[in-house]
Amino acid sequence: MSSVRVLVGTRKGAFVLTSDGTREAWDVSGPSFAGWEIYHVTGSPADPNRLFASQSSGWFGQLIQRSDDGGSTWEPVGNQFQYDGVPGTHQWYDGTPHPWEFARVWHLEPSLTDPDTVLAGVEDAALFRSSDGGQSWNELPGLRGHGSGSSWQPGAGGMCLHTIIVDPTDPQRIFVAISAAGVFRTDDGGQTWRPVNRGLHSEGIPDDDAEVGHCVHRLAMHPSRPEVLYMQKHWDVMRSDDAGESWDEVSGDLPTDFGFAIDVHAHEPETVYVVPIKSDSEHFPPDGRLRVYRSRAGGNEWEPLTRGLPQRDCYVNVLRDAMAVDSLDSCGVYFGTTGGQVYASADSGDSWAPIVRDLPAVLSVEVQTLS
Amino acid sequence: MIRVVLPTHLRTLASVDREVRVEVIGQPTQRSVIDALEATYPMLHGTLRDPLTHKRRPFVRFFACEDDLSHELPDTPLPDAVVSGDEPFFIVGAMAGG
Repeated sequence: MSSVRVLVGTRKGAFVLTSDGTREAWDVSGPSFAGWEIYHVTGSPADPNRLFASQSSGWFGQLIQRSDDGGSTWEPVGNQFQYDGVPGTHQWYDGTPHPWEFARVWHLEPSLTDPDTVLAGVEDAALFRSSDGGQSWNELPGLRGHGSGSSWQPGAGGMCLHTIIVDPTDPQRIFVAISAAGVFRTDDGGQTWRPVNRGLHSEGIPDDDAEVGHCVHRLAMHPSRPEVLYMQKHWDVMRSDDAGESWDEVSGDLPTDFGFAIDVHAHEPETVYVVPIKSDSEHFPPDGRLRVYRSRAGGNEWEPLTRGLPQRDCYVNVLRDAMAVDSLDSCGVYFGTTGGQVYASADSGDSWAPIVRDLPAVLSVEVQTLS
Repeated sequence: MIRVVLPTHLRTLASVDREVRVEVIGQPTQRSVIDALEATYPMLHGTLRDPLTHKRRPFVRFFACEDDLSHELPDTPLPDAVVSGDEPFFIVGAMAGG
């Protein structure tokens, strides 16, 4: 029988939540790396027992942990992230040049086919790759060096490369998203890059449809339709049908088009999930009601999903890497909150229940569907 | 042997007790003690010093004999009481945050 393993990164450690395919009863194990910030935990599609975790601390820096037994045991691997060549500068919050400085790894993206290959998105924004299971890391310098890097500015959370999507039909094509620079695409495995932000409009930057400078919060893709991308931007939910060449707004009837997380149903490429959040400064659900919104039309028309979610006095946030889906026949949808709850739906979002309620603030949620 | 007291998070990371002992070749200094510590416990590499610049992390402090040695140059000899093993070399996570 199939089973599900949910990998949760929090402000104070990592947790592994497991269930059989019914997803009714859950076992919660952890914390691993107690007291450390775990920005991301994820598994290799090529070897599901190989996991990677980004472990960091304001005191003791960055570690990368690797497990080869599904999270039962871990070992630290390489933690040297050296920018290629002379790092140069990007723009600081006040518009002055600021040297590129490594702060942390936000996101790890294992290869679809090779368990030893994994990409890392870091702050200050850059993309690194390891081909030896995380022991050593090398920057793919074409991203920062393509021409616009010196104009990138940090978002409120830092200048982070937070999203990495590898085209499952063409591993030479990779999309990354940077806050607050935008989306960039390579078609040659990471050697050369270009911004793909046409159609984005962002108030708050001098040229609201500039080639770069947009605060993209998250991208999502369905593996069967790699040319279709969904985006949760600082404001606006967007869609591209041509691999990022152009974008159209699909916020439609959402109560607010601000948010962080976005994901796609495992079996329905036009079914998309977002969690609208009130902003600019509040960053909690409108009216204190935690609602996931689902579109079955690829955007524009959205329905609130509320059954099992708190509909009063709820003031949590759902961060950009904290939503995921499983691939069981009845698609499971999962998200974690800054209040420490991890909610799961085993019926594509129709109903929800908390797997666990009182973890530290959740930074990331990934799901492995195990056979 | 130099006695080194580690902060809680690094004890857990290295799977050791509060105090460890490391052998230092030559004059014991902050640099040589940390070099020896990282050689004995490779998982600590990069946690006390930036792995590339080798600068002390801002929230890491070095204490010994009731003095804060954090701002000493890395190659300054450690106090005699640390060298003799009468006193430990404390590595401390600065009190900041919650």
